[in-house]
Amino acid sequence: MTQQAATIERRYVEAWNAAIAPSSSDVPAELHALRESAIAKFEEVGFPTARRGNEAWKYTDVAPIANAAFEDLAPAAPVRVATEALDQHIMGGSVWNRMVFVDGHWVPSLTSMPTLPPQVTVTSLAKAMALHPHLVRDLLGRYAPYDESGFTALNTAFLRDGAVLIVPHDTVVEEPIHFIYLTSSEGQSSVTQPRTLVSMGRNAKASVIESYGALTDTLSLTNAVSEYVLAEGAQLDACRLQQHSGSAYHVGSAQVRLGRDSRFTSGAFDFGGAIARHTLSVALEGEGSECTLYGLYMTNHGQHVDNQVLVDHIAPHTTSEQVYKGVLDGRSRGVFHGSITVQQAAQKTNAKQSDKNLLLSDEAEVDTKPALWIYADDVRCGHGAACGKLDDGALFYLQSRGIDEAAARRMLVHGFANEVLEHVELTPLRVHLEQLITASLRSSRRPS
Amino acid sequence: MVTPKQLAQTEYKYGFVTDIEEETAPRGLTEDTIRWISAKKQEPEFMLEWRLRAFRHFLTLVEKEQSPKWANVHYPPINFADGVYYAAPKKDQPASLEDVDKELLATYEKLGIPLEEQKRLAGVAVDAVFDSVSVATTFKETLSKQGIIFGSFNEAVQEHPDLVRKYLGSVVPYTDNFYAALNSAVFSDGSFCFIPKGVRCPLELSTYFRINAAEAGQFERTLIIAEEGSYVSYLEGCSAPMRDTNQLHAAVVELVAMENAEIKYSTIQNWYPGDENGVGGIYNFVTKRGKCAGDNSKISWTQVETGSAITWKYPSVLLQGDNSIGEFYSVALTRGYQQADTGTKMVHLGKNTRSKIISKGISAGHGQNTYRGLVKVMPRAADARNFTQCDSLLIGDQCGAHTTPYVEVQNSSAHLEHEAFTSRVSEEQLFYCQQRGMSSEDANSLIINGFCKEVFQQLPFEFAIEATRLLEVSLEGSVG
Repeated sequence: MTQQAATIERRYVEAWNAAIAPSSSDVPAELHALRESAIAKFEEVGFPTARRGNEAWKYTDVAPIANAAFEDLAPAAPVRVATEALDQHIMGGSVWNRMVFVDGHWVPSLTSMPTLPPQVTVTSLAKAMALHPHLVRDLLGRYAPYDESGFTALNTAFLRDGAVLIVPHDTVVEEPIHFIYLTSSEGQSSVTQPRTLVSMGRNAKASVIESYGALTDTLSLTNAVSEYVLAEGAQLDACRLQQHSGSAYHVGSAQVRLGRDSRFTSGAFDFGGAIARHTLSVALEGEGSECTLYGLYMTNHGQHVDNQVLVDHIAPHTTSEQVYKGVLDGRSRGVFHGSITVQQAAQKTNAKQSDKNLLLSDEAEVDTKPALWIYADDVRCGHGAACGKLDDGALFYLQSRGIDEAAARRMLVHGFANEVLEHVELTPLRVHLEQLITASLRSSRRPS
Repeated sequence: MVTPKQLAQTEYKYGFVTDIEEETAPRGLTEDTIRWISAKKQEPEFMLEWRLRAFRHFLTLVEKEQSPKWANVHYPPINFADGVYYAAPKKDQPASLEDVDKELLATYEKLGIPLEEQKRLAGVAVDAVFDSVSVATTFKETLSKQGIIFGSFNEAVQEHPDLVRKYLGSVVPYTDNFYAALNSAVFSDGSFCFIPKGVRCPLELSTYFRINAAEAGQFERTLIIAEEGSYVSYLEGCSAPMRDTNQLHAAVVELVAMENAEIKYSTIQNWYPGDENGVGGIYNFVTKRGKCAGDNSKISWTQVETGSAITWKYPSVLLQGDNSIGEFYSVALTRGYQQADTGTKMVHLGKNTRSKIISKGISAGHGQNTYRGLVKVMPRAADARNFTQCDSLLIGDQCGAHTTPYVEVQNSSAHLEHEAFTSRVSEEQLFYCQQRGMSSEDANSLIINGFCKEVFQQLPFEFAIEATRLLEVSLEGSVG
């Protein structure tokens, strides 16, 4: 590690010593031990650098994040939250169950659980550790290894609170549970470390949405980690919606473990952020498990959005499908890396993967890398990637029917995005996404 | 029925050793080795200087441990200081085909390349490279009447130093990668081909490479220049004896196509793949690149890779001229313990450039087959087009097939499509063939040949037959 790099990481270690170390007696001893070993790991591995041979970070340079002089590396709980700014993140009116975190701290006053079955636990990590110490101990940090990624190590080291959802076996949660993570940055640039833990019991069923955003347009870093575990026959629909401001950096990772015959559906939607990078890693460990992963990223100006989707078929008779789409405008850059690994034991695997990109400007760039790693023979695996601009013929057709060019372009982009949106089963979420797409198109400059 | 295990045991038919006196360079790799090789070749001063620059660059790479580690292949580290970098049959350079050593000619005949025969019948001009030197070139006179220069690299250095000086390293500079640097320092011979303006080469040009000496690596260099409006089709074949040590083959091929020129480059690579336990075999670490320097030029690579313990090879095209075309057709077969990491790079620089990639990977036994490709569209390359298809076929449950395409687009008018599919031979197709009275073997062979058809169609006629036969022999008893 170079001298300069060492001092960057040193700042985080010092902030940890000041803010986290003194609170060791407030949390269970195991948790503090986990945090101690994570900060040591972070000091050792540091932020990933775009050096030669660092394949996972080939197209995303995190130097702006590493070098950013954030003023508050472990923000305290906010004094006051401007509820009006919260409105743009609310979905599902008074029906959905909602839990709000600001600067990494749970805000009980903004939390409501109108439709939650009594046997289901939704709580903050701090409370869960008191209520279900065994469960938390068995799950937390178990699936998100912090020894490989500096960002995961950083999140684990600064772990103070987070969201926990525990659905017992044979329980169906009809209405979605919405976790909203916001940065308030009261005049100060800050770093927050949201954490989500979801455990689905045997044959349990639920929908979860993770929303990320900022209440003000201030420089910030959100470094999120989520862990999802599905037992036999469980079904989970998990969406991630990232609508940060243009000055925010977002790095996140989700680790998913699928048990026998479980089914996991995930939607990933990126609209904001100066640099946004997300890793979704799904392990199909149980025979007959299935996952459908879809995503849409819409970027403009100088935004950089990077999606890493890693699917590991470990057991036989497993099925996976990935459908990602990007719409890139301005000087923005979209990165996609999708990987399907089929282990030798995972015979009868069926895996599909596709990434399609629409380039709306001459300065936009897309880098896509769909990869297959196949070690079993009785499989059907396919992938596709495509990249192009709006079809001139289609544009001409619409204009010949009296639709002006700008409206025609919007219609075509909506049509392109629809292949992803039609996977979204929750109507309030789909409506919300359509509004975001429209807003995103309106903000872009159009050549006349 | 035959099991996948038997596939690995199919014998390598070109594994004989030719008993011939050879002259080798002293063991080791130092500046003296480079000077020794250059002196042996009686090279002009500029060649020696270029080699030494390359060698010094290579040393810095060794020091920084920058041998490529990103490929999906595994082998013990190579001790470059403990190799033999030059081996040649001891006789003096033959003046004509009649003077070529009888043993050598017999070797080529065994390989199915009867130089004598071809002279009269096949109409293929052959340059045969044995270990480090070129031993015979047929049809030289016929070609020179049209102004075509075709012969060993060494001759070209002596007779056309200006051309060599102008183009050597212009497509693959010695700083390009680790093995290109090594090759540039120690390369011994190879083929040189120059097609003058407006000439359509009347013959298929061909080079046959053979590694014979026990410990020597082979480092050849091929340079093909197609002047404005010219056309050439070039074929390359390779084989080596069976030995239980690994031998290194690090070649560099450079192609330059000027305005309206077309180069078609076909390879059948059948180096010794190692025995059924993965012992021995050739490490084939090759850099091949073509430059479509002029407008409307075209470069097409076709490769059939059945040999080598490890293949590390990415024939690429730099599409510099407007409207230029790059193509890559590949069949790669890995069986036994073979590993292949191969693919292409298409770099779109000019306007209206087009590229097409068709890659077919077949894995059997314990073989690991990786397609690795890059399609890059630079900001100036308006209206670039690419179509990529890379399919894999798996035979047996111990092998692997991997696909890692990279797509980088910096121009919105680009139109790119990539698709890939991996599966084993379908039960339905087999059932259909067998139901019509075909044996399981024939049915498999038919389906596998059908899988490769798109690539074989690109090969010149004689080569297409050889490729089909080679695939059949290689897969004999592997499927069923």
